[in-house]
Amino acid sequence: METLIETRNLKKYFSSPKGTLHAVDDVNIKINAGHTIGIVGESGCGKSTLGRVLLHLTDSTSGQIFYRGEDITDVPPEKMSALRQKMQIIFQDPYSSVDPRMYIEKLIGEALRNFSKAERQKKTLELMDLVGIPRRLIYSYPHELDGGLRQRVVIARALALDPEFVVCDEPVSALDVSIQAQILNLLNELQRAKNLTYMFITHDLSVVRYVSDEICVMYLGQVIEHCATKELFAHPMHPYTNALLSAVPVPRLSDKPLHREIIHGEVTSPINPPAGCRFVGRCPYASDECAAPQPLAEVTPGHYVACCKAAGVNQ
Amino acid sequence: MNEVKAMPGKISDLGVKKQTQIGLTVRRVARGPISVLCFVVIMLIVVVAVLAPVLAPYGYEEMDLFNILAGPSKSHLCGTDELGRDVLSRLIYGARNSLLIGLFTTVISCAVGIPLGLIAGYFGKTADTVIMRVSDIFQAIPDMLLAIAISAALGIGLENCIISISICRIPGFARMARAASLNVAGMEYVEAAKAMDMKRPAILLRHIFPNSLSPLIVQMTMTVANSIVQAASLSFIGLGVQPPQAEWGCMLSAGREYIRSHPHMLIAPLVAILILVLALNLFGDGLRDALDPKMKK
Amino acid sequence: MTEHLSEQIEKTERPALLEISDLWVQYRAGGEIVQAVNGVSFQLHERQTLALVGETGAGKTTIAKAIMGILPDPPAKVVGGEILLDGDDMLKMKKDRLRKIRGARISMIFQDPMTALSPVYTIGNQIEEAYLEHFNVSRAEARKRTVELLNMVGISEERYGEYPHQFSGGMRQRVVIAIALACNPNILIADEPTTALDVTIQAQVLDLIYRLKEQNGTSMILITHDLGIVAENCDDVAIVYAGEIVEQGTKEHIFNETAHPYTKGLFGALPDMAGEDEKLHPIAGLPPSPSNLPTGCKFHPHCPNACSRCEKEAPPMTEISAGHYVRCFLAQEEI
Repeated sequence: METLIETRNLKKYFSSPKGTLHAVDDVNIKINAGHTIGIVGESGCGKSTLGRVLLHLTDSTSGQIFYRGEDITDVPPEKMSALRQKMQIIFQDPYSSVDPRMYIEKLIGEALRNFSKAERQKKTLELMDLVGIPRRLIYSYPHELDGGLRQRVVIARALALDPEFVVCDEPVSALDVSIQAQILNLLNELQRAKNLTYMFITHDLSVVRYVSDEICVMYLGQVIEHCATKELFAHPMHPYTNALLSAVPVPRLSDKPLHREIIHGEVTSPINPPAGCRFVGRCPYASDECAAPQPLAEVTPGHYVACCKAAGVNQ
Repeated sequence: MNEVKAMPGKISDLGVKKQTQIGLTVRRVARGPISVLCFVVIMLIVVVAVLAPVLAPYGYEEMDLFNILAGPSKSHLCGTDELGRDVLSRLIYGARNSLLIGLFTTVISCAVGIPLGLIAGYFGKTADTVIMRVSDIFQAIPDMLLAIAISAALGIGLENCIISISICRIPGFARMARAASLNVAGMEYVEAAKAMDMKRPAILLRHIFPNSLSPLIVQMTMTVANSIVQAASLSFIGLGVQPPQAEWGCMLSAGREYIRSHPHMLIAPLVAILILVLALNLFGDGLRDALDPKMKK
Repeated sequence: MTEHLSEQIEKTERPALLEISDLWVQYRAGGEIVQAVNGVSFQLHERQTLALVGETGAGKTTIAKAIMGILPDPPAKVVGGEILLDGDDMLKMKKDRLRKIRGARISMIFQDPMTALSPVYTIGNQIEEAYLEHFNVSRAEARKRTVELLNMVGISEERYGEYPHQFSGGMRQRVVIAIALACNPNILIADEPTTALDVTIQAQVLDLIYRLKEQNGTSMILITHDLGIVAENCDDVAIVYAGEIVEQGTKEHIFNETAHPYTKGLFGALPDMAGEDEKLHPIAGLPPSPSNLPTGCKFHPHCPNACSRCEKEAPPMTEISAGHYVRCFLAQEEI
């Protein structure tokens, strides 16, 4: 299988008055063509920044990004256009991700600037059909549409140039469940139809299970667990992943009394984090060993965990 | 999603009416009775100004020496001034100069100030520092003093008066445009445009500028009003429109001397300015609301 | 099971603490009338937790605000119905009396902990104020109570003098909870209390609310869109759609004997963490606009089983089994 995107030691730091904020810290991922990789984490874990760095919407601090084996970390401006066409993004908030002063035709057509007018119109209509926006809405403004339709506009705009790789940054978290389901189904259909590769960024574990082939769990800028989706839900190894999974309320009644592992405390600051495990302050299994850096290690085949106690926790 | 078949794509076949921003705005403005009334008033004043030679009963410098400082009468509807000139005719001719001053100062200060502000806000860094510090310097000097200084340096006359007032107004617009653009630049659609490989100047023009416009529009209508009054002050100290040319501001200053004995000289230009300014402000309010995309139909 | 039934019977025989009957609320804006709540009735018993479940715009928050008496009027207007607290109609009460009840007997936790606190007062001060509002005690006593409350919600006393901006979202929600519980209310209305929080923090806060509720014997109305939260925290459930309760019963009724097609649709749309479903089954279309509701059953345009009767007649609320009410002709026929 071909690797579409790969990162090596990718870092993105921001300087803040209080120190250096480690938004993305030493991330190594491989994304296979046609697959969906889910990036899961809570607010402030750097998952959105990672997506933006991959798309060159912000520059990385260090590390490399490869696209089909080619180093694209520092693309010369003349190659940027071609690259941008291949990589697109779908945003979280369908209310701020479309210009309120443009109607649908302009919003979608904006991506098709380089086509002739007739061609642009044809493609716009095709895209509207593709994502399920009724054609009669072509001259509607965003405020006349509900969240679900707006998100379809955003999807149509992202797909206008036939990208290969799409970063979906929390594309359904602002939507109601029934609309969320419609959009998730649409994204899955589009992936099959166009052989898209998704990076699906979300905080919602039930959503990510439904869309992803493999999952990276992030905590304070680092990937702490990475494996196939089924494997993650069946055998979560990192204590944080465990806590995350057990924290999600399940919409089903069970006879068994609830066993819930509530982790205490809150996410610590990503500014000047300690060298060792970043979860240590909240971890029920923490000990002295955890002060050492915890690299991502293959614990079972294809299952990478950044925890020296990974094997033990699961038993 | 299934109901739509792959139809050949031509938008004109859809039978859906296009609603452009301008069309929408006009329709929304037209729905507010106050905005419409104000627009009519402004247009009336413009028409009067354009047709001044036809409409004015006398020339603006024509003196009726038998009727100096006369009150309103049949032959002089608004009375006459201290030189026996017909106040109404001077008002009508004065509308020309006043409107010119109001309009041009606003256009010039917007044309310079808004782009500067947008550039400062969107590009940031050095551009921001330079533009904002220079405008700080300008804003530190009292408006009137600055206008007098520039007028004095450039010389007397209508054009120089317009230029000097415009320069005073530029920093205000720049500051406001910068604040608005900073706000818009944080929106996700700007990032989306970047992801679609849109270049920064294009983003500035297509997204940042239109979405920064709302607060600026109110500022524009207020600038028209303020400029007319400021021009009056300049005329008063002899730096603005030169007599015997008529201009509402200088009529106002001239009338001040006779405020106790012959108030009609003051009241007439005062009412004229009041009506114009009020109409402009209310119309500006209506326009801003109409431009708000979230407004209901 | 028998134990459960007897518990159930006991619950329904006790007089209700709070009874809403046939509540109607409208919003009037610019000549347009929005029917936000259309004839909602339910009861809340002592120590009971009732979930109001529905999507954006279904009218859940409007119901809560009507009970609290904090609807913005205008544009909102209660046009019919009664809200009985121990048999007294709160809609007819004088403002003074309402104010005494609000906070002391009924209080509310809001969705957004970022805007629910005033940024210019310390959190200690804000909790103290909530207490002093209803009890005629000295500052020192109020302070004692505040410290007690802070300990109760898991905030150390040293943070008494800190301002809201120094707290994280989860911690702020704890402060909001402390304020809501300051006067030991009988009824707590929690409007999406954890929607703005991360999952691990959500678990902490839900656990806290649950624990405190059990400790103090508080009844609770929990407003949420998340059926997972309902399953784990509530006794009874009311499903709200377009300003109406379309299905109501114990959570066993709702989860195991789902009767209304809308409720079924809600479950179908959920990506389940444990299930193996490959495709989600969303409800087609969108909830109706409350300013333009369909005739008959309000769900019929999106209902997979709608018949011609559903278009014309509005189905009444019918009890299909003991304590399980449904507003649907088809579910009624099935019994």
